[in-house]
Amino acid sequence: MNRPTELRNHQRELYYFRWRLGIAAAGAILLFTLLAGRFFFLQVVQHEYFHTLAENNRISIVPVVPNRGLILDRNGIVLAHNYSAYTLEITPSKIKDLEATINGLAALVDIQPRDRKRFKKLLEESRNFESLPIRARLNDVEVARFTANRFRFPGVDIKARLFRHYPKGELASHAIGHIGRINEADLDRLEASEDMANYRGSDHIGKLGIEQSYEKQLHGVTGFDQVETDAGGRAIRTLSRRAPVSGSDLTLTLDSRLQEVAEKAFGQYRGALVAIDPKSGEVLAFISRPGFDPNLFIDGIDPVNWDALNNSLDKPLNNRALRGQYPPGSTFKPFMALAGLELGKRTPSYTISDPGFYTLPGNAHHYRDWKKGGHGSVDLHKSIVISCDTYYYGLGVDLGIDNITNFIGQFGFGRKTGIDIEGETSGLIPSREWKMKRYKQKWYTGDTVSASIGQGYNLATPLQLAFATAVLANNGIVIRPHLVRSILDAVTNQVRTVPAAKPVATLAFKPENLELVRKAMIDVTQPGGTAARVGVGAPYLTAGKTGTAQVIAIKQTEKYVESRVSERNRDHALFIAYAPADDPKIAMAILVENGGHGGSTAGPIARTVLDYFLLGKEPPPPVPLVPPTEAPEEEHD
Amino acid sequence: MIKIDPRRIWLWLTAHIDSLLLSFMLMLMLIGLIVLYSATGQDLGKTTGQMLNMLVALVAMWAVANVSPQHIARAALPVYGLGLLLLIGVALFGDVSHGARRWLNIGIRIQPSEMMKLAVPLMLAWYLDRREKTLNLKDFGVAVLLLVAPVGLIVKQPDLGTALLISASGFYALFLAGLSWRIILGLVGVGAASAPILWSLMHDYQRQRILTLIDPSQDPLGAGYHIIQSSIALGSGGIFGKGWFNGTQTHLDFLPERTTDFIFAVYGEEFGLAGNLILLAVYILVIGRGLVIAAKAPTLFSRLLAGSITLTFFTYAFVNMGMVSGILPVVGVPLPLISYGGTSMVTLLVGFGMLMSIQTHRKLVQS
Repeated sequence: MNRPTELRNHQRELYYFRWRLGIAAAGAILLFTLLAGRFFFLQVVQHEYFHTLAENNRISIVPVVPNRGLILDRNGIVLAHNYSAYTLEITPSKIKDLEATINGLAALVDIQPRDRKRFKKLLEESRNFESLPIRARLNDVEVARFTANRFRFPGVDIKARLFRHYPKGELASHAIGHIGRINEADLDRLEASEDMANYRGSDHIGKLGIEQSYEKQLHGVTGFDQVETDAGGRAIRTLSRRAPVSGSDLTLTLDSRLQEVAEKAFGQYRGALVAIDPKSGEVLAFISRPGFDPNLFIDGIDPVNWDALNNSLDKPLNNRALRGQYPPGSTFKPFMALAGLELGKRTPSYTISDPGFYTLPGNAHHYRDWKKGGHGSVDLHKSIVISCDTYYYGLGVDLGIDNITNFIGQFGFGRKTGIDIEGETSGLIPSREWKMKRYKQKWYTGDTVSASIGQGYNLATPLQLAFATAVLANNGIVIRPHLVRSILDAVTNQVRTVPAAKPVATLAFKPENLELVRKAMIDVTQPGGTAARVGVGAPYLTAGKTGTAQVIAIKQTEKYVESRVSERNRDHALFIAYAPADDPKIAMAILVENGGHGGSTAGPIARTVLDYFLLGKEPPPPVPLVPPTEAPEEEHD
Repeated sequence: MIKIDPRRIWLWLTAHIDSLLLSFMLMLMLIGLIVLYSATGQDLGKTTGQMLNMLVALVAMWAVANVSPQHIARAALPVYGLGLLLLIGVALFGDVSHGARRWLNIGIRIQPSEMMKLAVPLMLAWYLDRREKTLNLKDFGVAVLLLVAPVGLIVKQPDLGTALLISASGFYALFLAGLSWRIILGLVGVGAASAPILWSLMHDYQRQRILTLIDPSQDPLGAGYHIIQSSIALGSGGIFGKGWFNGTQTHLDFLPERTTDFIFAVYGEEFGLAGNLILLAVYILVIGRGLVIAAKAPTLFSRLLAGSITLTFFTYAFVNMGMVSGILPVVGVPLPLISYGGTSMVTLLVGFGMLMSIQTHRKLVQS
């Protein structure tokens, strides 16, 4: 009887099977409950957190960079503007293999080794979440080719960007300056000034000149788009927007035509020229030669151009007008003469007999006049007209260094003029305290002698000389020189004038003393004066003063002969002037490096500038200016 | 003239269909189509394609359901043998794609591991049924070998997901056949002890997946990306979801593989916790019906087959949802009856066809 057993077995087996099935079912329910618990945790407990993450995924804040303000000259001629062009940009944080991506792009778009180098440099300097340009200014074909292949390059995009451009190139480049890509140092500064948020999305910042000092006004206020983005980071649609506020347009005090005339007048010479309207402090021309093309710096200068500019013997990047410090030489004399009159140490009729040198009591040392044999009988008027050194040696000793320091200091020598661009140097007028501090030596009367003719320790920038000349021209009314005339607010459309035009001080000089100096300076540009050429046939009167700044020291027993000195070691020529002398509209200082005597090289430049500014006379077609091989004696000062 | 009697045709069509199981399955498939339509970005073409896949699979299911369990049993050995041969063929001459050797080109490209998902439980059920009377340790040993051989070949491909599912199906058959608890615990012990060895045998990407599960943020743009994004999708769905077509994770491209392995994240984002619980409930209905069929099945073969198929189906669902919600490592397992794809749909429905065959031929056996 097998059957009952089998049946029993069968029953037991079935029972056993169902028991195990039950265990499995219980296990399944348990695991599903676990899942349900996990869902509850994710979807209820952590919902807020994940909701935020999803929104962050979905929505990104995209800064909208404002248009940078324009820079115009005083007549509305554009000196810096923006134009729109396409750039190919890579967001490095979204790309795994940058090298491969760039190689892939190179097949579509022309990417030069220098583009790669520049990109690498940008990558090192950048915040990693921003997009960086690999190629700027794409042409239409390249744009089309990339767009068709865009899906292959997540994290790479074409952007329409505004590019800065300086249409006049080198013109006034040292005044206008340039913008450049924001680097680590700029970032630190922005963070310190809490302007960081306004620069989200900005790639450029003013680096030099007006672009730098008026960065705040030019930049504008960054707007923001809330956009929905996909996983590739591309914007799908804009959810909301806060419009950017464009930067303000700046109108400069510069007259770009005058600037151009003056720059051309320099020819091949290196040097600087600063021209100021003495009644308003407006800088009419601001020249440092040679200049440079600011357009090169906007997106990072390439190594070849950088080497050319940076290693040039001519130092084109050096802002000579603002930062170059030169001994003012004989241009110092009108100020010294005024000091002698104002402080009662000289009368107009006081006359010396000039033997061609000066000696201090009890000392055999000869302080030489530039003219061997001397000028004979010299009064104050003549001392300026023929630039007599001996007259001023004695005057300086009579005044004493303290008086010189204090009086000359009123004209802005030895401190910054406060012009509205950065990087100005302060020049130097020596004093007892200064020498003690600097050289741990007491002041000697001999120091005073050389200080009296603007040599020795004296240093001034062309800007300072122009400023001092403007103060003199303006009868002692001090107005801070400035480059920006007005600011056009982009929001209100209102023009704000720069408050710098107000006088900051008035130096109380006796009018008759000023008149004496003015007369003498006028005669400098008349026949017999050291800059007679400047005044020849001019329908206006120019007050001027020549000067020479020594580059190398000449031994006591030697005579300076220009033709014997190599070109780079020749004296610097200086010339200060204002005109028309009876109602000054322009005051200026000119420096011509290695130009020899002020009258011969700086003078013609002054004449060209004045003729253009006062008469509207276009300069004659440029005659190549070559450094003179031998200078006539009477033009030495 | 042949008289067409609609009632007879209906009967002929439905005789071997388990209506309860079918209706639960159809609910899942409908949910699948709804989610897929959203996940594809309302791509009617792809959704229609999936409907066609379903239709083909349903026909296959109907055909299998009409085959009696005895006939099915007879197919076990040949199907298993053929499958094993093909797997060996894959190991020797298989096509490599995406770094895995899974396909065999015999005029058309086939994936023998897919076939083994059914062949293994079939073979084990058949073998254990044959040894029913004397079932002893040696028989279990042979059964384990029958399981380990294909699984080993599939692990080598490598295809961790399929290997896992086939192991599970084999294990369920052994477990339901009464494998002693001591051996089960022993196997678990051996498994735990061999974990370090397994670890050393794993491919780098497999290890990475496990490490990523522990801390997805370690590699947010690489292996961790899937888990992070799918967790965000589920979590941001909240209780009632963002609504059909409104899943931002899905529609803004953040979710990878959103029509296949990660389709559950789309569902969870758009229909929320409520939708998830409904889905779990429907799965429980399908699984419950399958277990009832197994419990009622007349022979050991049919019981083991039905039980194994049903529990494997559960495993599919659990592993997929566990992986999407971040409690299991990422293994390539689709969400059954919902993920896009024809092959797995056919395999699944052929399995359900076997269940229906077992259920509907029961009375015939008894009578």
